[in-house]
Amino acid sequence: MKFDLIITIRLKEGMLNPEAEAIRHAIAHLGFPTEKLVTADQFTITIEAENKAAAEEIGISLCEKLLANPVIHTYEIEVR
Amino acid sequence: MRSAVIRFGGSNCDQDVAYVVGEVCGADVDLVWYKDGLRRSYDAIILPGGFSYGDYLRAGAIAARTPVMKDIIRAAANGALILGICNGAQIAAESGLVPGIFTTNAYPKFLCRPALLRVENTTSPFTRLYRQGEIVSIPIAHKEGRYIAPPGDISRLEADNRIAFRFCDENGDVNTNVNLNGSSGNITGILSEQENVLVMMPHPERAAEEILGSTDGKKIFDSMIAYTEES
Repeated sequence: MKFDLIITIRLKEGMLNPEAEAIRHAIAHLGFPTEKLVTADQFTITIEAENKAAAEEIGISLCEKLLANPVIHTYEIEVR
Repeated sequence: MRSAVIRFGGSNCDQDVAYVVGEVCGADVDLVWYKDGLRRSYDAIILPGGFSYGDYLRAGAIAARTPVMKDIIRAAANGALILGICNGAQIAAESGLVPGIFTTNAYPKFLCRPALLRVENTTSPFTRLYRQGEIVSIPIAHKEGRYIAPPGDISRLEADNRIAFRFCDENGDVNTNVNLNGSSGNITGILSEQENVLVMMPHPERAAEEILGSTDGKKIFDSMIAYTEES
């Protein structure tokens, strides 16, 4: 069966995110000051797997081997 | 010293470092396309600067998962010297050759300028020709050079004398004002446990001839050659 893995990679809470800060400043310049802005990378990956649980296992493996670096990232996986 | 400079798609300092190792320092050097793998044994393997795979995903992340890195990790385990410079440092860190990661500079712009470094380690095969605490000028050129690692890893690096270089001022003082990219503890050069892997963001090959304004970086290559000839 085909499944879509929707994988979201975020910096860990409290990790300095200079790019998010730059975007936050730009939003403030538009007149909408905000205290917090979080960015994330999202990947939609279509894979073949026997079932939903197997698809999720593949997603975990992809996150741990490539998509996330555990020093700085957390990840979430949604299987559709 | 028999050395290899590995080229990935997007490497752009490969010719510079091969020229310095071969022409300026007089060692044997092969330029090796990553797909060709390591076809002979080398005393030293250099991962050059550049933008492998456009720095997509994270700087160095994709190159770190190429098959040639398995050969390089094996060579490191067997005692070969591995030098990762800039993008090469990012690739080596992503490969787990040293702890931690290089990520976006604290002020997220590309920095290209001379940098003053304090030499912290003089026992490794890469740093043995420097004096302890020597202040050297070696340029940086990066946007993702901020070194971070979990506090436990930093403590271990410090306890084991595995920090090679820190950003400093002209008096050798290490402080936040001269921390060019926001790295933990101003760290910009790290050694592996066996001291046979050095990863660093500054470009020693750009400080290897008088005409470039500094020869401070040449001592890294000369140290490697001296070490190789002795062992």
